[in-house]
Amino acid sequence: MVSTIILFFCSIAFLLPFIWMLSTSLKIEADVFKYPIEWIPSRWNGIANYQEVWFGEQPFYLYYWNSIKVAVLTTVISATVSALAAYGFSKVRFPAGSWLFLVVLATYMVPPQASLVPQFILYRYLGLFDTHIGLILLGSFSVLGTFMLRQFFIGIHNDFIDAAKIDGAGHWRIFWRIALPIVRPAVATYAILRFIWTWNDYQNPLIFLRTDALYTIQLAMQKFTTLNGSFYTLIMAAAVSAILPLLIVFILGQKHVIDGIALGGVKG
Amino acid sequence: MASKQAASVEEWQQHDTSKNTKKSRIEKNESLAGLLFISPMFIGISVIVLFPIVATFILAFADWKFVTGIDQLQWVGFDNFRALLDDEKFIKSIINNAVFILTVPITMIIALLLAVIIDKNVYLKSYFKVAFFMPYISSVVAIAVVWQVLFHPSQGPINQVLMSLGIDNPPTWISDPNFALISLMTIHIWISIGFSLIVYIAGLQSIPKELYEAADIDGANSWYKFKSITFPMISPTSFFLLITGIIASFKVFDLIAVLTQGGPLNSTTMLVWHLYERAFLELDVGYASAIAVVLFLFVFLITIIQWIGQKKWVNY
Repeated sequence: MVSTIILFFCSIAFLLPFIWMLSTSLKIEADVFKYPIEWIPSRWNGIANYQEVWFGEQPFYLYYWNSIKVAVLTTVISATVSALAAYGFSKVRFPAGSWLFLVVLATYMVPPQASLVPQFILYRYLGLFDTHIGLILLGSFSVLGTFMLRQFFIGIHNDFIDAAKIDGAGHWRIFWRIALPIVRPAVATYAILRFIWTWNDYQNPLIFLRTDALYTIQLAMQKFTTLNGSFYTLIMAAAVSAILPLLIVFILGQKHVIDGIALGGVKG
Repeated sequence: MASKQAASVEEWQQHDTSKNTKKSRIEKNESLAGLLFISPMFIGISVIVLFPIVATFILAFADWKFVTGIDQLQWVGFDNFRALLDDEKFIKSIINNAVFILTVPITMIIALLLAVIIDKNVYLKSYFKVAFFMPYISSVVAIAVVWQVLFHPSQGPINQVLMSLGIDNPPTWISDPNFALISLMTIHIWISIGFSLIVYIAGLQSIPKELYEAADIDGANSWYKFKSITFPMISPTSFFLLITGIIASFKVFDLIAVLTQGGPLNSTTMLVWHLYERAFLELDVGYASAIAVVLFLFVFLITIIQWIGQKKWVNY
């Protein structure tokens, strides 16, 4: 009981910035810096603030839609590509497989920023610069996802696969009908993590997008804060809006996220 | 086992040549299937990561602004690397990166402490996991904006609290060269604890309960149990967190970009930020590539240490 109480106070310290953010987003501007802090707004302005953020001068809903589009497509493609590769690397026995896997694994060591400049030049050359497709492709080939799913495919007994082969099933059928359904929880875990990372990504959109109408929510947030420098209530309403989808995804998939991290899910 | 199998295959091949061709056809099909399954991944990685990393190593020896044509590119040998040594901002970046590594052990100590308490019998376990995890899943941009206001020199809640406690001239945090890096480190620790905490909880749960029961029988106190059982048993976890934490500390970008842009007076510049400025604001391809090579070498070195350390230092 004592430790619960101690922990509870620690957890408040972790949540306080979020509570401050939420409460500020519901205030009128004049009350933002009132001291002592008003945790529950005395003068309520919540609805007006959120209305101003979402449907005011900035097309916030558009940035939001861009983020949803990029994050969902990246997640779907990345999970598919990773699952296919993971199956190929674990359940198909072919000589080139093991050294190709080593090559893929070696790229995991490269810090993403070390290849940024040539990526940028390449993207300009290929016409992928300043497009959503380019941004989606950047997040679609994940060594981490392949590695994580491979561990799960390895766990499937080879007898299963061999029995299906004797029955005349090809690898594609085995992958689709037998292997994938078994590893579905692992795919979900990876997909949730990939969604969170893509939604939160700031660096790639900053470097690979120029057109305002293509901005994702993270870029828009920053633009919004410089434009609304003196309107902290609006900035906080925008921040709450930016975090909300993550919170929903996280609470729905809590167990998956925590398992994924515990498995050694390093950000990547 | 393998030789026996090979022998039987040989025997089998000698016996029946029609089966032999069938066998090699199956092998061929197997190879083709394998390549098909991995090709989307492999082609993607090759174009988006492998090719660019090779290009980085080549461009590091060139002088080129990529707004001009490729014919303007000039090979300069090691000039970029020599220039790095005289670049005050680069030196400052390395020092800041080194200082920033301090966040890793601090994060680990706090996370371990919290994990040990959560792993024992507390109420509201899942609430705590979510609460401590919130900063890790939230977007850095949104979080950074909140901290920017919390750290506001005159009106920010943090300084208002400090002033009401009788501190007349509290630091101006992210706009004070002496405190900016510490402020960023504090926020980074606050963000990273959730991740370490979850990994530690998983590590703690894999420790066999019998060890503690045996220690109980011997009448060991909790500090002794922590020192002799918990700490050694989670050393692989700690090592993993140390290495991944250090590598992650080299990649910090969002916090700097949103909060300080490397300032004031270069007090928060780091390798990745310096690289970004040179590459994308000054369009200095060669120089930025040289910084990228240095960054790569640091991460490479840490990875090598991890490989060696795994065998010597960690007990599984």
